[in-house]
Amino acid sequence: MAELAYREALNQALAEEMERDPRVFLMGEEVARYDGAYKVSKGLLDKFGSARVVDAPISELGFGGLGVGAAMGGLRPVIEMMTWNFAILAMDQIVNSAAKLRHMSGGQLRCPIVFRGPNGAGGRLSSQHSQALEANYAHFPGLKVIAPGTPADAKGLLKSAIRDDNPVIFMEGELLYGVKGEVPEGEHLVPIGKADLKREGSDVTLITWSRMLTAVVLPAAELLAAEGINAEVLDLRTIKPFDAEAVAASVAKTNRVVIVEEGWGYAGFGAHIADFISRECFDDLDAPVTRVHGLDVNMAYAENLERLILPSAARVVEAVHQVLYR
Amino acid sequence: MASTESMLTMYRKMLLARRFEEKAGQAYGLKKIQGFCHLYIGQEAVVVGVNEALRESDWVMTGYRDHVHPLVRGADAGMLMAELYGRDTGYSKGKGGSMHFFDIEHGFYGGYGIVGGQIPLAAGLAFASKYRNEDRVTVCSFGDAAANQGAMHETFNMAVKWKLPVLYIVENNRYGMGTDIARVSSVPEIHKRAPGWAMRGEAVDGMDVLTVYEKAKELIEWIRAGNGPVLLEANTYRFRGHSMSDAATYRTKDEVELEKQRDPILKLRQVLLEKKAASEAQLDAIDEEEKALIEKALAFADASPLPPDSDIWTHTTVEEGEPDEKPRERVLGAKDVKWPAHPTDFKVTWDLEPRSKPDPEAKKGAKS
Repeated sequence: MAELAYREALNQALAEEMERDPRVFLMGEEVARYDGAYKVSKGLLDKFGSARVVDAPISELGFGGLGVGAAMGGLRPVIEMMTWNFAILAMDQIVNSAAKLRHMSGGQLRCPIVFRGPNGAGGRLSSQHSQALEANYAHFPGLKVIAPGTPADAKGLLKSAIRDDNPVIFMEGELLYGVKGEVPEGEHLVPIGKADLKREGSDVTLITWSRMLTAVVLPAAELLAAEGINAEVLDLRTIKPFDAEAVAASVAKTNRVVIVEEGWGYAGFGAHIADFISRECFDDLDAPVTRVHGLDVNMAYAENLERLILPSAARVVEAVHQVLYR
Repeated sequence: MASTESMLTMYRKMLLARRFEEKAGQAYGLKKIQGFCHLYIGQEAVVVGVNEALRESDWVMTGYRDHVHPLVRGADAGMLMAELYGRDTGYSKGKGGSMHFFDIEHGFYGGYGIVGGQIPLAAGLAFASKYRNEDRVTVCSFGDAAANQGAMHETFNMAVKWKLPVLYIVENNRYGMGTDIARVSSVPEIHKRAPGWAMRGEAVDGMDVLTVYEKAKELIEWIRAGNGPVLLEANTYRFRGHSMSDAATYRTKDEVELEKQRDPILKLRQVLLEKKAASEAQLDAIDEEEKALIEKALAFADASPLPPDSDIWTHTTVEEGEPDEKPRERVLGAKDVKWPAHPTDFKVTWDLEPRSKPDPEAKKGAKS
């Protein structure tokens, strides 16, 4: 296995899928000659030419919708949003077109498209550039939502997303692009909708996804281990459809749950998981489900305030103490 | 100049459209059709004139005033009416209704309920055609008010830059719902905005089907030759309100009466009679045939079952291996349904943004 950065793993997935299927093309701001704002598309223009790696004008609604139309017309577009904050401008086409085409046409049309780009805080970028928006998209029927936390999952899930016949929201971690990890070579596919047990444990289940996995939850598990608390870490990887079976199995094992997400708590995706556990795993619970999430405020620029707003390993440890009544 | 046969076809199709919409309006009054329902009455020359200039393999899409676009392309009137009635035999199995007609078999890619939402989608359809080196043209209609959406600006910029084969038609009926387009537009003659995108823009009398046909034919040929998109403004008028719930009090009776004298169907009838292409009796017979066809459509819709309750769970996502629904095959057992078969193995030859090879000397210079 090769050690690759998250961005390199994504690049490999794109190159392999474009090699495999001429219908796949990449469009977005700065993706071609600039090699991508985060260098995810590095070298792809030279390899595939200007009709398959397309520099779009700064018109998220326009090229987002153009991508949806191309998918209706039999292609498999990958639309890069420079960040998910900017994709808010394309929300109409993602929600009112992509997510509803199959339905409105009574099954005549399908919309195999991937919208991808960085999500979550990037570090000292203030409020317009530091939003974790997966809950927004998870809300809409017709969309799949993916948020991988490791390079291997990033590659395997992007390949699966490109091959899926539905519109897929693929959320990369803005602070994950440089993170390295082992990535299987060649045909590495990770199925959509399957969680991954990133750490086995017996005392408490920590459920998370995307950047929180490596930045907060795994370090928290180490801190807890030093205290003699054995935490299980379940990485959902896919937000929608989420792996209900894996969640239930882990709760049955540990009987205590802390959900960790970067986004806001109010109507956040963790609330949906907590709802599922309270209804489906009630008899397995020894403590109320607890959540650690971004504080419900707009992100500040100041270093100390930003740190306080985002979830931290210390807050996770505190929440675990709570569910263990320690 | 349109042939006599073609003129008679257009006459028949305008009547088909008119009679369909009149009956839809009546059925709405009887509460057989509910929700929002926007009729095309008065504007028939636009959709029929353009359709006559298209090939079967071309694609069409529009906004929510979408009943007659698929109808004149050959969609089954009964199944369209059944969709309005919310029945299982409708094109979308009662999931779409008035604003979301789709008939992929006849190249009709949908009715869209978000004003201007179809504008970028049509560019995408055209992008797919050009990407596969096909000579298809996509036609996208929208209303005058949609021209004030940002989506139009964003799309036209890309469509011109990438020379996408798409004909954009502004069906300018002068009112965005109840607002006179001139009240909210700095340039209400929408085709005059085209030069701002280095785009070809033209206007046509949208109440004269022969003029629309000639202009559309010329523009579609120009687009098919690879010259890029065109914005055609068809100046037209709707004889009814914006939707069934609109009494249209923002227009004077005199204005509406004056416009009704320009009725595109009466106008073509006059031409056909003057040219002695058909007799009064022959033209009346065409009308009777279309009326009978719509009566059958109403009876079909009336007799159709509601979709099964279990249908709420279908068509939200595509399951692996799930085929597409082919409505005429499903409902009528038709064996002749042609479905778009997009190639999965082809070579992309389009160089969207050609550039000269980088100068090795310049690169050396940059390093030092």
